Amino acid sequence: MNELPLLSALVAVPLIGAVVVASIKRENADAARWTALGFAGAVAVITALVAVGFDYSDDAPWLQFTESYTWISAWDLNLSWGVDGIALLLVALTAGLTPIAMLAAWRDLDSVTRSVPAFFALVLALEAAMLATFLASNVLLFYFFFEAMLVPMYFLIGSYGTGPKKQYAAVKFFLYSLLGGLLMLVAVIALWVNNGGVFDWQTLVDAEPMAAGTLQNWLFLGFFIAFAIKAPFFPFHTWLPDAGGAAPAAVAALLVGVMDKIGTFAILRYCLPLFPDATRTFAPWVIGMSVIGVVYAAFVAIGQTDLKRLVAYTSIAHFGFIGLGIFAFTQASATGAVLYMFNHGLATGLLFIVVGFLTLRRGSAQIKDYGGAAKTLPLLAGIFLFAGLASLSLPGTAPFISEFLVLFGAFTENEPVAIVATLGIILAAAYVLWMYQRTMQGDRNPVLDEVPAMKRDLTLREKALVAPLVIAILGFGFYPQPLIDLIEPAVDNTLGFVADEPADLPLGADNE
Amino acid sequence: MSESSGLQIDWAGLAPLVIVFVAAFAGLLVEAAVPKARRLPVQVALAVAALASAFVAVVVNADKNGAVFSIGGTGLGSVVIDGPGLFLQGTIAALAIVAVLLLAERRTVRGGDFVAEAAVVADSAADIEQRREDGATEIFPLTLFAVGGMMMFVTSGDLLTMFVALEMLSLPLYLLCGLAKRRRLISQEAALKYFLLGAFASAFYVYGMAMLYGFAGTVDLAGINQAGVSSGQPRMFLYIGVAMIAVALLFKAAAVPFHMWTPDVYTGAPTPVTALMAACVKVAAFGGLLRVFNVGLASSAWDWHLILTIIAVATMIGGAIFAVTQRNIKRLLAYSSIANAGYLLIGVIALGDAVGQTMFYLAAYGFTVIAAFAVVSLVRDGDEEATHLARWAGLGKNSPGTAVVFTILMLALAGLPFTSGFTAKFSLFAAAVQADELGLVIVGVVSSAILAFPYLRVVVLLWLSEPAPGAPTVNLPSPMAGTVVAAGVAATLVLGVAPGFLLEIVDQASTFLNT
Repeated sequence: MNELPLLSALVAVPLIGAVVVASIKRENADAARWTALGFAGAVAVITALVAVGFDYSDDAPWLQFTESYTWISAWDLNLSWGVDGIALLLVALTAGLTPIAMLAAWRDLDSVTRSVPAFFALVLALEAAMLATFLASNVLLFYFFFEAMLVPMYFLIGSYGTGPKKQYAAVKFFLYSLLGGLLMLVAVIALWVNNGGVFDWQTLVDAEPMAAGTLQNWLFLGFFIAFAIKAPFFPFHTWLPDAGGAAPAAVAALLVGVMDKIGTFAILRYCLPLFPDATRTFAPWVIGMSVIGVVYAAFVAIGQTDLKRLVAYTSIAHFGFIGLGIFAFTQASATGAVLYMFNHGLATGLLFIVVGFLTLRRGSAQIKDYGGAAKTLPLLAGIFLFAGLASLSLPGTAPFISEFLVLFGAFTENEPVAIVATLGIILAAAYVLWMYQRTMQGDRNPVLDEVPAMKRDLTLREKALVAPLVIAILGFGFYPQPLIDLIEPAVDNTLGFVADEPADLPLGADNE
Repeated sequence: MSESSGLQIDWAGLAPLVIVFVAAFAGLLVEAAVPKARRLPVQVALAVAALASAFVAVVVNADKNGAVFSIGGTGLGSVVIDGPGLFLQGTIAALAIVAVLLLAERRTVRGGDFVAEAAVVADSAADIEQRREDGATEIFPLTLFAVGGMMMFVTSGDLLTMFVALEMLSLPLYLLCGLAKRRRLISQEAALKYFLLGAFASAFYVYGMAMLYGFAGTVDLAGINQAGVSSGQPRMFLYIGVAMIAVALLFKAAAVPFHMWTPDVYTGAPTPVTALMAACVKVAAFGGLLRVFNVGLASSAWDWHLILTIIAVATMIGGAIFAVTQRNIKRLLAYSSIANAGYLLIGVIALGDAVGQTMFYLAAYGFTVIAAFAVVSLVRDGDEEATHLARWAGLGKNSPGTAVVFTILMLALAGLPFTSGFTAKFSLFAAAVQADELGLVIVGVVSSAILAFPYLRVVVLLWLSEPAPGAPTVNLPSPMAGTVVAAGVAATLVLGVAPGFLLEIVDQASTFLNT
C-alpha cells in the first residue's frame, strides 16, 4: 500500500486549484482555462496512481488507502478517507469526466460578459466536493461535502446556464437538495446519538448491527430520501429536467454523469450496511418506484421538445434501472447497478456534451429548430447517434452489459418487475431514435443553412474530447471484466448486510 | 472585620459590570467636558477600551463559581458568577465591541447614521439643516449602559436584580432606536412601539415576579426552584408567575406571538442599533431565559414544557414563513432572527443538556448577524440605505467583494456546512435529540429548509439578476465598518471550520450555579 496521502491529495488538489483559478484576473481567460485543466489533469494522474496501487484481490480490506486526521473530536468528525472498488470506479469517472467537461466548455463562455476564471474555479470546487463524498469514510464528513457541493453547482446553473428559466432551475435544484439534506441531518444526528457518538463509518459497520424497528426505519428514510432526491428517483425527480435543461451542457454532463451518482453510491455505502433491516423492509417500495420511474420517465422523454430536457428524462429512466439493480439484492443486479452508474456517466456525459456542441452551433436546444442537420455535420451526427445508441444500451456498448446484468439479476428475484422494466429498453429505443431522426434526418430545416456554425463539423478540440469517451464506451462494452473484478468485492461486502443467504449468483468466467 | 457579619463583595467577579458602568458614566462626562469635534474618537476609544477590559476581566474570572455578594459566607443570589454567566458576559462584550465600531462608522454617510439633535422636529427646516452635522455622540454612553444591563441580566441570581438589569438594558435601547438621521418618523415610530410594548412586557414581568414571590416566598431563583418541589402554596401562583415572566423574556427574545415589534423596530432603528439588538440583546435575552428556566424553574419543567414547546414551534415556523414574503432586507433579517429565536428556544426547553450548545449558537449567530447588518448599512442609494431587495439586484456585478461577503453570510444563516451556521445548528440539534426533543428538531429542520428560500433569493438577486438602472452604490467602509464585516465573516468561517476550541469552552462553562 502506498505511503503517500493520495486520497487527501485527491480532495486538496482541486480545492487548491479552485482557489488559484479564482484568483486569476478576468482578462486572462486563457490562463484560467489552462490552469484549471492542469489541476484537473493532476487529479486524473493521482486517480491513476490510486488505481495502480489498489489491491484488487477478494480478501483485501473493504476500504483501502485509509487516512484519518482529527478535525472536531467532540463530534467524532475526522478527515477520514478510504476507497473501495465502487468508490474508485466513480472517482475515476469524476476525474475523467471533469477535464473532458472543461474542454467541452472551453469556448462556450463569452469572456466579456461572463467571468471565465470563476466558471472554471466553480467546476474545480465541484470536483473536489464530489470526490470528497466518494472518498469520505466518516458519516458527518460525507454530509459536509454532500451539502457543500450544492453551492458551486447552484452558481454553475444559475450564473452560467442558458434559457429563461435558469434562475428558477438553480433555486429549485438547491431547495430540493437542501430539503433532502436537512432531513438527512436529523437522521445523521439521531444515528449519532443512538450509537453513542460515533461517526466513523468503519466503526459503525463493524459494530453490532442496529436493532430492527421503528428507529432504524426512520433513519433509513432520512438518509434514503436525501439520496433519492440526489439520484433522482421517481417521484423525487422533478428538479432534474429543469436543472439539466438550464445548465450549460458541460455542467449538465457533470451533474447527471457524476453528481447524481452520489445518490446511488450513498445508498450502497450508507443505507445498506447501516440500516439492513429497514433496507429490506422498504425494498419492495423502492423497486416499485424504480420500475415506475423507468417506464414513466421514458414516456415523458419521448414527449420532450428540448434536447437537454430529453436527455435529463432519459437519465431518470436509467436511475430507475440502477435502483432496481441495487434493491433486487442479487450479486448480478447490484454489480450491474454499480457498472450502470459508471457506464451511464460515460454515455450520458457524451450525449450531453454532443448536445452541447449542437446547441452552441444552433443557439437553441429545441428539437424543432433542427432537422436534417446530419447533411452538413456528418461526424457530429455520427457521434450523436453513437451516444444515443450507447444510452439505449445497444449490445457492443458498455451500458448494454450493465443493463443486462441488472435485468438478469432482477429476473431471478422478481420476474414481473423485470419484465415491466424491460419495456424501458423498448421505450429507450423509441426516444433515442426518434430524437435522432427529428434532429439529424428527414427534411432539412431551411433555417439551418442560414446559420454558418451549423456547417462547421467537429473541431480538433471537440474530436479530442469525445474520443476518450467513445473509446471507453466501446472498450468496456466488449471487455468489462476489469471493471467487474474491481467492484465485485465491494458489492459482495455491501450485499452481505442485506442478502438472505450469501450472494452467489453465477457471474462471468471469474467466479469460482 | 468579623467573618460572620457584614457584606463581602467579590470585586473581581463584579469587575466586568463595574468597568462598563463606570465607563458609561465617564462617557456622560466626556459629553460635557470634551469639545464637540473631538468627542467621537474619545467616546469610541473609551467604549472599546471599557468593553475590551470587561472582556479581559471576564476571562480572568473564568472557572469562578459563586455569588458576588455574600454575608457571612452565605451567598446572596443577586449577582452570581458561573460558567454560563461568564461565557455570556464575554460574548456580549465581544459582540458589543464590534457593534460599537459599527455605531462609530462615519464615512459611508456624512456624519453617520445618527441624528445630531433628536429633539428637533422631524423634517422641519432645522432638521434638514442638521442633516449635514455629525451625529450625536451620546449614543456611546447609552450603548454602554445597555450593554452593562445585558451583562448584569445574564448573571442575575434573583428576579429582582434581573428586573433592574432588564430595565437597564431596555431604556437606552428605546432611545437609540429613535435616533436615526434618515426617515426619522419611522425611526421614532419604532422607538415608541418598542417602548410601549417593552413597558407592557416589564409590567408583566413585575406581576409575574409578585406571583412567584407569593408562591415561593422568595425572589431568589434557586429558592423558587426549591419551592417548586416543597411549597404548600396553590400551584396556580406558580403557573401564572411563570407565564408572566416568560411573556416578558420571550418578548425580548422575539418569540412568536410576542414578536410583533421585531420587524418594525429592526427596520426603523438605525442599522447599527439593529445590529446591536439582533446580536447582543438576543444573547442577553436567551441568557436570561436559560438561567430562569434552568435555575429557577427546572423543578416545574412538567408545568411549562408543553406551552414552551408550542411557542417554539410557532416561532420557528412563523418566522420562516413570514420571512419568505419579505421584500425588505432588514425585515427579512428580522424574521430570520425570529426563526432563530425558535431554534434557540429548543435549547432552552432541553434544559441542562443543551445549555452549552445554546450559548455556542448565540455566539455564532451574533457574529454572523452583526456582519450582515453591517453590510446592509454599506449598500446605499445616495444617502439612504437601499433596504428594498429589488435594489440589491446585480450587486455581484458592480461590487463583487461585498456580494461575496453577503453570500457567505446568507449561506451561514441557511446553515450550510463549513460555516458557523451549520456547526451551531448541528450541535444544538444534536443536544436536543439527546434530550429527547426529536420532534422539535424535526420542526427546526423543516423551518430551516423554508428559511433557506428567502436567503437564497437574496443570493439570486446578488448574482443572477441584472443590475437595476441607477443601482445602489456600495460605499467603501472606513476601517470601522470594515473591521466589523471582517470580524463577522472571520468568526462565521472559523466557527464553521474549526469550532473545536469554542465547543470545548462552552462544554466547560455549561453548568449553572445552584442547579
